[in-house]
Parts: sequence; structure tokens; C-alpha cells
Amino acid sequence: MHELAVAQALVEQVDAVIDQHGATLASLIRVRIGPLAGVVPELLASAFPLAAAGSRMEHAELEFAHAPIKVRCQTCSAETEAAMNRLVCGACGDWHTQIISGDELLLESVELINDTPLDSPLSAHPNV
Amino acid sequence: MCDTCGCNLTPGNKHLAFKPVARGATAVSVLKGLLAKNDDQAAHNREHFDRRGILAINLMSSPGSGKTALLEATLTALKNEFTCAVIEGDLETENDAERIRAKGVQAHQIVTGTACHLDAHLVHDALHHMTLDGVDILFIENVGNLVCPASFDLGQHLNVTLLSVTEGDDKPAKYPVMFRAADAMLLTKTDLLAVLDDFDPDKAEAHLRNLANPAPVMRLSARKDLGMDAWLAWLREELATQRARVAIGQSRRPAIQADGQKYHRT
Repeated sequence: MHELAVAQALVEQVDAVIDQHGATLASLIRVRIGPLAGVVPELLASAFPLAAAGSRMEHAELEFAHAPIKVRCQTCSAETEAAMNRLVCGACGDWHTQIISGDELLLESVELINDTPLDSPLSAHPNV
Repeated sequence: MCDTCGCNLTPGNKHLAFKPVARGATAVSVLKGLLAKNDDQAAHNREHFDRRGILAINLMSSPGSGKTALLEATLTALKNEFTCAVIEGDLETENDAERIRAKGVQAHQIVTGTACHLDAHLVHDALHHMTLDGVDILFIENVGNLVCPASFDLGQHLNVTLLSVTEGDDKPAKYPVMFRAADAMLLTKTDLLAVLDDFDPDKAEAHLRNLANPAPVMRLSARKDLGMDAWLAWLREELATQRARVAIGQSRRPAIQADGQKYHRT
């Protein structure tokens, strides 16, 4: 249920990016969500249109980057993939591991569109 | 069906939906935490706590696993030792805050309405209704929920997750995001173990270790005053650690974020 709160946070962040770059709207929003972030991509995708309604990213596509769970073993240093509820080393089985991927909750990139015509070097100069 | 929200896309026609980047579109790399605004507010809350040497603890569990009962027993035991304060989070009612106030302890109730978790902004608003000066330990009792609260930093230093023995001992395996975030796991209502034949505390601990979590596991019953000493000793130690941190200008974020920035290479 908290995906709506996450969607609202996403809209605020993208809004700030649009402002920063003086753009008109966002056409594509790419996020990276690991399984351990506690946010379900499908639920975020269905909450996003509600949060984005009437905003400058209303028609933007939301794209999810894959973030597999990987752990690094502190005992044998191996880097292996792991299951969500079994974050043990895939090589030696020790549970003293660190997550190196899979808990991300990141706004990776945004594609922006600027409708305001830019001064083109090809357009006639008003004084010419 | 429409062309705006993507509801007309199916796995079969998805490949046809590719549209080339529109003229004038530019890709901007952001790489910022999705909950950055909450995290900024949480950092601000943490500064409030650190400035006053307060240890802030976020209590999380399912509804009914004994968070408020644990607090009542803890506040009674620490009455002459420390000044405590409590923020209560519930969807409705002031009941839990009233239970805490009955112990003579300052409590503020956050009524979330329908929201399933507390966030840093709700906690910040609550702090403005409280007197923090002189407080040693602030307990934040989160909304009873093993899913959503784990994703929101409130500004606390430590997460304590309760698992009552009337629940399954495989709860850490079922709710890995929550239990991975625990700085301490409390197995509560252990007085009932005698009449339950399907909860194995060792198994619960093994499931926690499978989440690569080294957090201490304490077994206790707040109602029957069993195992409370280890919990109270842990609180004293963590408060001393917090004061030592504050003295050298450092702080601590709860377990779940500790590794993240350090180990992620992207």
C-alpha cells in the first residue's frame, strides 16, 4: 500500500528535475528497484498514474531496470546471487555477507522534452 | 483502453509500442534515492535527536505482537533511571498514547488515518508537539505492519523488530525486508511457549541469520517479566554508545541503510 507514497515521492523528484533543466515535460522515467527495497514495481506502476495525474509527467513512460540480489561474502569474498530470504554466500554458505545489489530504490534517469523552440543557428537573426 | 496510460499494452503487442525518442528529448541521469525527500527529513530529525544526545528507537512488528506492552514494562523499569518519551503510530484512536501516559511518560499519538506506515514528515510534526529537552530515549512505535514501515527512515538510530511466539517462527523468511532492517529482534510473549508446540525460537533466529543479519535476538515476556534484563541492558548500552557517538560528532542510521552506499558500485 505504501507504493502510492513512493509514487508521490517519485513525481516530486521528477518535477524537480524538470525544473532544474528548464524542460516542459518528462517523457520517460527510469527507476531501479531491487527486490529488497520493499517496493513492488507492479504496484508502483499502477500507483504512478494516480500520483502523476495533471503533472508534467502525466504521459511519461515508467521503465524499471532489473536489479538482481547479489551478496559479497565476508568470509570467502565470493560474489554470488542470492534469494530474497536467503542472503547467504552461494559459494561457502556463510551468512556473514553484504548486499552489493538488490536493495536499490533509485531514480536513475529521466528523458525530458523541451517544447520551447530553442534559438537555432539556422533561424534568421531578427537584425538581418 | 486508451493510448495514454499503457493499459492497451499486452505482452503480445508490446514490441510494437516502441516509440523513437521525440525530437528535443534529452536524457538526464539522476541516480538519486527515490525517497530522497523523506530521507532528507529523516536526517533532519536525526540532527534534532543528536543535538540533545537522544537515542531514538523505531519499534516495528505485526499488529498485536506486544509493542505497547513491551513499552509499558520498559518505561516502568527505567522510570528512575532515564527520561523517556514515546511517539505512537496507529491508524485510529489515542488508546496507545493513553496507556503510555498512564505510566507518567510523555506520549504523542500520530493518527495516520489509512496510511500503513509512519514517515519522517509525520514524525517531525509530532516532535513539534513534544518537549525533547532532557529526554534520554525516544521510542517510536510504528504502525503494526511487517511490510511498509521498513522502507521509511524516520530519523531513528536503531530498528527493533518484535516477533511474538504466537506468530510463525518463519516470519523473518516471509518478511525479509522488515527483518533485514532489524538492529535487534525481540521474541515476545515467551511465557506462552510452554503451551505452543509449533514455535521454535532457534529456527526464528536461524531465519534471521539467513538474511545476513547479525542482530542480537532477545527472548522475553513483558507481561510476566521474563528476560527483560537483557533488553534493558541492551538499551543502556546503546544509549551509552549513542552518547559516545554524539560526543565525537557522529551519528548512526538504522541497519538497513548501513551497507548500501558503501557497497553499491553503481
